Amino acid sequence: MFQLRIHGRGGQGVVTAAELVSIAAFVEGRHAQAFPSFGSERSGAPVVSFCRIDDREIRVREPISEPDALIIQDPTLLHQVDVFGGLSDDGYILINSSRSLQELGLGELSERFRSERMLAVPATDLAREYLGRPLPNAVLLGGFAALTGLISIDSVAAAIRQKFPGPVGERNVVAARKAFEHVRAERGEPARA
Amino acid sequence: MLKQEEGSRAVAEAVALCRPEVICAYPISPQTHIVEHLSDLVRTHDLDPCEYVSVESEFAAMSVAIGASAAGARAYTATASQGLLYMAEALYNASGLGLPIVMTVANRAIGAPINIWNDHSDTMSQRDSGWVQLYAETNQEALDLHIQAYRLAEEISLPVMVCMDGFILTHAYERVDVPTQEQVDAFLPAYEPRQVLDPAEPVTIGAMVGPEAFFEVKYLAHAKQMQALDVISEVAADFAAAFRRESGGLLRPYRADGAETIVVALGSVLGTIEETIDELRDEGVSIGALGIKTFRPFPLDEVREALADAKRVIVLEKALAVGIGGIVSANVRMALSGVQLHGYTVIAGLGGRAITQQSLRRLFKDGVADKLKPLTFLDMDWELVERELERMRSGPSGPHEQNMLRDIGVVAAGSH
Repeated sequence: MFQLRIHGRGGQGVVTAAELVSIAAFVEGRHAQAFPSFGSERSGAPVVSFCRIDDREIRVREPISEPDALIIQDPTLLHQVDVFGGLSDDGYILINSSRSLQELGLGELSERFRSERMLAVPATDLAREYLGRPLPNAVLLGGFAALTGLISIDSVAAAIRQKFPGPVGERNVVAARKAFEHVRAERGEPARA
Repeated sequence: MLKQEEGSRAVAEAVALCRPEVICAYPISPQTHIVEHLSDLVRTHDLDPCEYVSVESEFAAMSVAIGASAAGARAYTATASQGLLYMAEALYNASGLGLPIVMTVANRAIGAPINIWNDHSDTMSQRDSGWVQLYAETNQEALDLHIQAYRLAEEISLPVMVCMDGFILTHAYERVDVPTQEQVDAFLPAYEPRQVLDPAEPVTIGAMVGPEAFFEVKYLAHAKQMQALDVISEVAADFAAAFRRESGGLLRPYRADGAETIVVALGSVLGTIEETIDELRDEGVSIGALGIKTFRPFPLDEVREALADAKRVIVLEKALAVGIGGIVSANVRMALSGVQLHGYTVIAGLGGRAITQQSLRRLFKDGVADKLKPLTFLDMDWELVERELERMRSGPSGPHEQNMLRDIGVVAAGSH
C-alpha cells in the first residue's frame, strides 16, 4: 500500500488534490481511498488530506501517520506544522516553491531522506501563468507523477478532466504537464514519458 | 458502473435511483453533501418527478417526510447529530404511524461541548424510537443499504435509518459500483402505501388511544420489528442475488469460526478491526470479529449463536452511555444471558478520536490476555482527566472544556 499525505492551507485545494490522486489511481484500475483531515476548515488554516493506493480493497480508515510521500502545498507550513512527521526513510517530498530546498533551509533533510526523492516545484508560479489563479493543487500532481512514477501524467490529466470538465480543467491539465516536464528536466530525464 | 467518488455523492445517487417523490432536509455537517447533490438532481430534472422541500429545521424535515409519506409519496430525508435530536419527537410519530420513510444519518457526536466529528452518540440515542437501524461499513454498503432500506421499509411499514460514519465515510473518495436504474427498478417495486391520506376520503391516523388499547398498539411496533428480522435477511439475500455482492443483513462474521476471542463492532471501524485481526491471526492469535449490520431490531438469537463458542467477547463501541458505560455491549450481554464468557466493553473514537491499528492491536492483545478492565476507554488521556478532577476537588473551577483545552495547549506548545 502506498500512502500520501498532503499539507496545505484552506483554499488551496488540499482536499481536492487527494481526491484527484485517488481518481488517477482508479483510472489505472487500482484501489484508492482519499479523505480530508476532518475539521472546521477555513481559508488560510492548515489543512491535511490523505490518499491510500493499493492493488486490493483498502479497509483501514485511520489518518495516515506514516506516509510514503508528502506534498507540501505551502512552504510557510514548514515552520508551523510537523509536516515531515512519520515519513519513511524512502519517502518522497514534493514542495511547492520557486526556491530550492537549500534556499528553503531544508538542506539537512537530505541527511534523513533520499535526496533524489525530494524536490521543489514552482507550482504557484505555473498556476498563475497557465490558470491565471494561484491554485497549485492540480499542478503539483503533475510534479508528483514525475517524482514518484506512482501514477502516470495521463491518469492525472484524466482525473483533472473528470472532476473539472471544461476550460478550467483543460488549463489545469496544461499546467500539470508543465510541472511534470519541469521535474523531468530537473532530474535530467526525457520530458516525454 | 464502477466510479471513484465521495461517499455522500454515492448515497445521493443511490437515493435518486430509488425514485423518491419528496425530499425534505435541513443541512448539517457532515450530511450536507448528500442533500446538496440531491437538490441538484431535482433542479436539473435528473430526478423527476420529485419535490425538494427546503425546510427551516430538522423538526420540520421529519414532519414534512411524515406528511408526504402519509399522503402516499416515497419520502427521504437526512440529518446528523443535534439535527437528529431536534427531530426526536417526530421520529416516534413516523414509526408509530408505520410510515416507510428512509433517512440517512451521517453519524456525528452530540454536544455540549460542540463537536462536529464522528461517533455514534446520535443514532444510539434514538435506538428505541421504533426505527430500523442499519449500519454501513463502507461507502459501497452505504449505497446498497439505501436501496435495501426502501424495499424493507415498504414491506414492513416501518421507517428505516441508514447510519454511516460522518466524514470517515461521507467525505471519503473510494470505489463504488453504482447500479443502473433498470437494476434498481427490478429490485424495488413502486411504492404501494398501506394507508393514504386522501382529502376525498378523509380518515384519521394516529388518533388518541387510551389505556384500553395503547399497550397493544405499542406491542405491534415491537412485533413488526421482530418480523423485520426475517425480512432484513431476505432482502439482503435478494439483493446479493440481483446485484452479485453481499451487503447488509443482520450480522457479518469475520474469521470468527472457532475464534477464542471475538470483537463486536458496527460501522466503518470494522475495516480497521479486520486489518488488525489479519495481523494477529498471522501471529497465531485466535481472534475474529462480528460486525453488527442491523442494530434495531437487535438480532439476539443470531448474536448468541455467533458468540456461543467463543471464550471472550470484546465489544468496541463509539458511544458512551453516561452513568453505565456501553450501549451495544448491554445488548450483546442480553443476547448472551446464560452463556459463560468474559465480556469487555471498550468505548472508543468519541468526537472523532482516531481509532488506529496500533491502538487496536494493543487493545486486542490485552483482551486476549484478560488484562482489560470490564469498561475500557481506548486511548483516553488519563492525565488530562486527572488534572481536571483535581481542580474540581479544590473548589469551583469553571467550564471543564476550557480548562482541559488550556492544559493541552500548554503541552502541545511545549512551554510552561
